[in-house]
Amino acid sequence: MLTLTHFLTLGAILFSLSVTGIFLNRKNVIILLMCIELMLLAVNMNFVAFSRFLGNLDGQVFVFFILTVAAAEAAIGLAILVVLFRNRQTINVTELDDLKG
Amino acid sequence: MNSTNMLLAAPELWVMVMACVILIVDLYLGEERRGIIHMLAILTLVFAAIITLRADYAADGVREAFAFNGSYIRDTMGDVLKLFSFLILAIVYTYAKFCLRQFRMFRADFYTLSLFALLGVMLLISANSLVMIYLGLELISLSSYALVAFDRDSRLGSEAAIKYFVLGSMASGMLLYGMSMIYGATGTMDLGQVAQAVRSVGSDDPLLVFGLVFLVVGLAFKLGVVPFHMWIPDVYQGAPVVTTLFISSVPKMAAFAMAIRLLQTGLVDMQADWSQMLSILAVLSIILGNVAAIAQTNIKRMLAYSTISHMGFVLMGLLPGTAMGYGAGMFYVIVYSLMSAAGFGMVILLSARGVEAEKLDDFKGLNQRNSWYAAIMAMVMFSMAGVPVFVGFFAKWMVIKAALDAGLMWLAIIAVIFSVVGAFYYLRVVKLMYFDEPLTEAEIDAPVDFRAAISLNGIMMIGLGIFSSSLIAVCMASFGA
Repeated sequence: MLTLTHFLTLGAILFSLSVTGIFLNRKNVIILLMCIELMLLAVNMNFVAFSRFLGNLDGQVFVFFILTVAAAEAAIGLAILVVLFRNRQTINVTELDDLKG
Repeated sequence: MNSTNMLLAAPELWVMVMACVILIVDLYLGEERRGIIHMLAILTLVFAAIITLRADYAADGVREAFAFNGSYIRDTMGDVLKLFSFLILAIVYTYAKFCLRQFRMFRADFYTLSLFALLGVMLLISANSLVMIYLGLELISLSSYALVAFDRDSRLGSEAAIKYFVLGSMASGMLLYGMSMIYGATGTMDLGQVAQAVRSVGSDDPLLVFGLVFLVVGLAFKLGVVPFHMWIPDVYQGAPVVTTLFISSVPKMAAFAMAIRLLQTGLVDMQADWSQMLSILAVLSIILGNVAAIAQTNIKRMLAYSTISHMGFVLMGLLPGTAMGYGAGMFYVIVYSLMSAAGFGMVILLSARGVEAEKLDDFKGLNQRNSWYAAIMAMVMFSMAGVPVFVGFFAKWMVIKAALDAGLMWLAIIAVIFSVVGAFYYLRVVKLMYFDEPLTEAEIDAPVDFRAAISLNGIMMIGLGIFSSSLIAVCMASFGA
């Protein structure tokens, strides 16, 4: 029988995976965008699980909002990525080092 | 609690409609008639202010009303912060028109994006549920990401935008993860009901504590306090100066309101926990912000580090959890937004055709080129440093007093010591302006509305200082102190 703890653990694993992904990734900005999406999905998993086990629909409604905002966020992220590539001919994370100090 | 009292949200509805109208009107305007967009945007702000002022929702002497099933709240704090958002955004637009024209970027995008960001600011200020907080925050963030990449051909701008985007989205993710924990522990999204549920569950519930940690991380990122400050210097430096001007002023007030709504309305019973976390963040920000700013030669970057230390002071007002402290924090954040607008306004003023005056050296000998502009910049710097008579002094004094009243002597001492350290780099700018030879003799030229706005903004530094008691009284009254 699946309990709330199982779902929360899955959510936590997905969330940690995405955070590690953001910090370890040194290659490609697109992977960063994927990690961010994963992070939001991990949160959705939490909300749905809580909503189901609390018998309260609010959490599932919030998930719809998060999904919508995530779509808008991805659109803006990819647009910025295109601008970045046009200006620099690279999307390598390690080469983004003009700003520092 | 009212079900749907839409008229209460009339200022938000007005701004939303006008942002869409401006978006469409721009399609029919040619390059030479873009000024209409500017006028429409200013008109939007003026009417939004009138609508906000005219609302009469006080019942039984309590200025507090709810709409949309309790997810939207109108109260004095919200109204005051919104009115200052309108004022500061109007100043920002006046600076922006001049700057955008000079850089040949005078497009309506800046106006529509910043109006949508303003809508997010207003929603966040009036948010009373976790959903509204998230939506308001994202509306600000998404508009800001686009604004940072506004200059499409800038190498630095696009780098700053992608950094801001990745770190900002991660912070939103953290905040959401915290919200999911809070929701799981309390079973509700409404902040008022969260507070009740926390009382019955007990503030040491592990799920709640876990959630609180993530919430504070997200919040700290949005405010830009150490150790979640990495994006601030890069974004301030890389973004076009109009964008820096915008994101350093208006959204800060929303971030403050978000902290109040989440921590004071929602999790007030966990004050002992969050107060401790905020005090660490505040101390680190005040120390690192002031020390790192000394080493900067780029004024945008210097003001970025100065922001970090100012946000530390705002947190110092929040963390005692007293009404006086909240009032002091609110006063500080309003004053900071005004100072920051004036500071970046001066950078815009000195930017000659197509080149940003972002080096400290660009301020050399400003007094010989134009003594009134030098005086304005000096007033802003004195105010930021916290020299008495100027408004920045009263802001610092109020938060330090709030910390002392709460028995946080060590925090107050660190704040005072590092304010003195900070005075060094602010006064360095004054020294450059008055005692060094100018690098160029070029005339400083600006349209009349720009000159009026920057003069007004500069005079506020000393005017609000002398007459600070009324604004302080308004801020205190918002929290019943």
